Amino acid sequence: MSGSVALLGVRHHGPGSARAVGAALEQLRPAVVLIEGPPEADALVHHAADEDMRPPVALLAHVAGDPARAAFWPFAEFSPEWVAIRWALAHEVPVRFIDLPAAHALALTPEGQDEPGAGHDPLAVLAGAAGHDDPETWWEDVVEHRRGGDALAPFEAIGEAMGELRSGLGARAGESSRDAVREAYMRLQVRAARKEFGDAVAVVCGAWHVPALAAVRTVTADRQLLKGLPKVKAELSWVPWTHRRLARHSGYGAGVPSPGWYGHLFRAPDRPIERWMTAVARMLREEGLPVSSAHVIEAVRLADTLAAMRGRPLAGLGETTDAIRAVMCDGSDVPLALVRDRLVIGDVLGEVPAAAPASPLQRDLARLQRSLRLKPEAAVKEVDFDLRKDMDADRSRMLHRLRLLDVPWGEPARSRAGLGTFREAWRLCWEPELSVRLAEAGVWGTTVEAAAGARAESLAREAGALADVTALAERCLLAGLADALPVVMRALADLAALDSDVGHLARALPALVRSVRYGDVRRTDTAALAEVAAGLAERVFVGLPAACAGLDADAAAEMRARVDAVHRAVALLADVNADAGGDGMGERWAGVLKALAERDGLPGGIRGRAARLLLDDGRLDEERAARLMGLVLSPGTPPAEAAAWIEGFVGSGSAGGMLLVHDERLLGLVDAWLTGVPADAFTDVLPLLRRTFSGFEPGVRRTLGEAGDDGDGGDDGHARDRRNGGMRMTTSTDSDTTERLRRWRLVLGREGGEGGDGTGAVLGGADAAMDRTLEAVSYTYKRQFPRRASPAGWGTSGRTFRHPSFR
Amino acid sequence: MTVPGIETEALRPHAEDAFADELKALAAADDRPRPARWKLSPWAVATYLLGGTLPDGTVITPKYVGPRRVVEVAVTTLATDRALLLLGVPGTAKTWVSEHLAAAVSGDSTLLVQLSLIHRQGWDYARLLAHGPGREALVPSPVMRAMAQGMTARVEELTRIPADVQDTLITVLSEKTLPIPELGQEVQAVRGFNLIATANDRDRGVNELSSALRRRFNTVVLPLPATAEDEVDIVARRVDQLGRSLDLPVAQDGDSEIRRVVTVFRELRDGVTADGRTKLKSPSGTLSTAEAISVVTGGLALAAHFGDGVLRAGDVAAGILGAVVRDPAADRVVWQEYLETVVRERDGWKDFYRACREVSA
Repeated sequence: MSGSVALLGVRHHGPGSARAVGAALEQLRPAVVLIEGPPEADALVHHAADEDMRPPVALLAHVAGDPARAAFWPFAEFSPEWVAIRWALAHEVPVRFIDLPAAHALALTPEGQDEPGAGHDPLAVLAGAAGHDDPETWWEDVVEHRRGGDALAPFEAIGEAMGELRSGLGARAGESSRDAVREAYMRLQVRAARKEFGDAVAVVCGAWHVPALAAVRTVTADRQLLKGLPKVKAELSWVPWTHRRLARHSGYGAGVPSPGWYGHLFRAPDRPIERWMTAVARMLREEGLPVSSAHVIEAVRLADTLAAMRGRPLAGLGETTDAIRAVMCDGSDVPLALVRDRLVIGDVLGEVPAAAPASPLQRDLARLQRSLRLKPEAAVKEVDFDLRKDMDADRSRMLHRLRLLDVPWGEPARSRAGLGTFREAWRLCWEPELSVRLAEAGVWGTTVEAAAGARAESLAREAGALADVTALAERCLLAGLADALPVVMRALADLAALDSDVGHLARALPALVRSVRYGDVRRTDTAALAEVAAGLAERVFVGLPAACAGLDADAAAEMRARVDAVHRAVALLADVNADAGGDGMGERWAGVLKALAERDGLPGGIRGRAARLLLDDGRLDEERAARLMGLVLSPGTPPAEAAAWIEGFVGSGSAGGMLLVHDERLLGLVDAWLTGVPADAFTDVLPLLRRTFSGFEPGVRRTLGEAGDDGDGGDDGHARDRRNGGMRMTTSTDSDTTERLRRWRLVLGREGGEGGDGTGAVLGGADAAMDRTLEAVSYTYKRQFPRRASPAGWGTSGRTFRHPSFR
Repeated sequence: MTVPGIETEALRPHAEDAFADELKALAAADDRPRPARWKLSPWAVATYLLGGTLPDGTVITPKYVGPRRVVEVAVTTLATDRALLLLGVPGTAKTWVSEHLAAAVSGDSTLLVQLSLIHRQGWDYARLLAHGPGREALVPSPVMRAMAQGMTARVEELTRIPADVQDTLITVLSEKTLPIPELGQEVQAVRGFNLIATANDRDRGVNELSSALRRRFNTVVLPLPATAEDEVDIVARRVDQLGRSLDLPVAQDGDSEIRRVVTVFRELRDGVTADGRTKLKSPSGTLSTAEAISVVTGGLALAAHFGDGVLRAGDVAAGILGAVVRDPAADRVVWQEYLETVVRERDGWKDFYRACREVSA
């Protein structure tokens, strides 16, 4: 050690180091504590003593005006640096941060983060030399589990070991220039502190730096190293942190694999293994697993014996985990994952007092509010955005991003200026609590965009239902978070793969394809999206035929609507994928439709619909369509099924009617069937048929009616001359003809005026009553749903609308 | 997982005989403390199973190739006087591990209990008639012998043992005594007695373990082979052995097809593709390594007797279908999804895709 300056070399975020530092400071009672960290934070350090400050927290430095360029120094309660800060503040000893100022550090790192002490893994080398394959284990054995004795002894040993290590490494790998600069700066700071406070100086720094700080260098040499460093304006703040974030290896993570376990080791006054096992047992019990005290006893015994067999002084995380698996979890990894998530990592969220300076996220939002000219106001205000304008599009994105961060400054509202896709209406209201929420959202990132992206990714990872993720994908597109999209898509693909309900998949597909199209409009890269949509479509193809079997009438109608939606989605998707060669998705979908159309036992509506979709796409020739129809409309099929098939096949748009008008054969089949249905059955299926046929254009209905009138041999000869279909052959006697006309008349209705049906039939008393009722039902329905021809979920059995008077 | 060093012969020597030299060398080199009546220290038992080189240069062959943790926890369990339950799907070397553990710990792997014979000691009727009931007329069961001599007893397929018989184990494990009501006596276990049970964790339905019994065991799950390479290796070697004993002609170029079978099995079993990018549904069947072996053997027979002697996609497709689709409704969807979303897109798998489509239709 250099003079009597105490160099406390630590392992960042090591609970053993933290304890040792606490004990060493108690023994040393220094006049000043120097800590590896950005000196700009000296002004903020007093917040650490605040009642409301709860670790994990981080010091965040970012380039002024550019919060995306940031560096961080996270502190957990078990971080040695944090222990040193709290000790100094409690004993009213000054704290100084002595690392290279963030102003230089940020300028040296073009972007991203820099973890203090990174670059080498000195511990891996030391542990390897000691015959341990895992540096964590080795450190635990040598330092973390060390108890009692001289508080400074371990630090001396570590300093020596590091000295050996660096002299060995330094020759080969050389020291990174970055480290050399930082250490020069630290040496100068230590020297300045000695001048001011004498020798009672304690330095808490990464173990790696100890030999460099102990080395004797001239002031001039150190100053020389620091000359001409680039510099930016840096702003610092405290931000709340989480254990999960500490555990992450990339991004803002600190790479601490087990913060919860470390926290436990740090807190537990004694018997750490017993206490840990008890905590695990309690947690598992709350989750409904039968774990008794006997389990705890056996688990502790097993962990201790395992440690002894592995030649370790105390059971570590590895031994306890193995013991928990074997004794409490019946060897299964499933409950163990819970232990890992809840306890080993832990759900701890830090807090920063309100008095601390604004977080980068708050500053970023303030900057956005200025540049987008959208002031936070407590009064409710409604605004309309025209997304074709850049400013409005940016505003919309900002509000969508804030909503993702649970800062609902704006709520989407109904637009007053019309419903164009480029219009968006918002209701704005800034409640004071939103500031608090914004501060909480600081854990997600330093800018609104980055934070929203991180939040979206986290939501995607946690999502349990397919619909949640599709909605999230849409929100990401609205918020312009293209970077988060791959993660969301991945979650979507995973959930889709595991979801066995084809209904869910079929429901998710159209929304997803819409997103693909929408992303196209906004020039987002949607290749990944299209790929996921294609995967989803394949799964729907595979599962759909089985999912259509055994449905009741309502479910069948719903499924028919799904088939339609999937059909449209596949067409759109094939469009989007056309550049990529299309890869035959249309063909495969046609194969599925064919299977649906030809499979006996599926609901008639779905089979009819499938046949029709194939016919429209030219994948089913008319010959074959007529054969299918003939089979369904033959006497063997229950009339209700046949009627449902007709509804599915002709649909309710006018195109279906035109199909019948133009194809003699099809109309002939319908006519023959209609005439042949027993009277009782006819009354049963009438409401359904009426709904189907009355949706046609008046012209079409008239033509159909005239066709029905064909066999009459009476007037309207011009309509007949064009035809030689099957109907004409079915004519025989007058009474048959009358009955047929009556049926056509009832099926077609007479909306569009008397004679609008073209049959020329006049209805008798009971029939007229029935007709009026049907008309009333149809009228009410059309008033309620002016845009939709046929409601999804309207039972195809007609049961819902069967009037008592029909009987 | 792999089982090296043993040529399958008509009569299989017990582990303690086959590896007597290694056990002797270990005992000589072992200076660590041994639990009462253990032939070796726990560390030496673990070394015996995992392999290593002793200070005197003796090479200990690995008996179990798999995670070190599994063996360490198993040995430690026995050392803490707890009964050990080895769980795993068929073909994960449960019996193999239990035999070698018993051989290393007690020097005797033959105290094997078969199904219902756990406590049912027999009578020597000649003595019984001549001298009346007494300890001399009793033929002790393996568990009774293990208890009396402080040895390791083994129970195979614990979940196949009737529930009432399982319950008698509870007394043995918690009270460490075995009552003999006919004589009004009991056998008390001496130190060193322990029990290793194996069970198949896929078909739990047969005789699910009661939680009372379960609580008396530490459970170690023997995992399936960790990497595709390991598994291909196991399958190829085993198929080779089986093929020779069935006198099947040696198929050429079978390796790529074996690799494919193993890949399909692993992907469906793990519910994720080999590249880790796409999740999949898993079928209801086990898809164990043992089944992969039988699929390949069946394919070889097809290729030899009805094909051109070369193992092709068509020869294994039907076998795979049979192994995967156990439940005709749910598993078929799983299989078709796998075919359409994974197999169809994969380079060089066209022939396999076509063959599977053919048999699935």
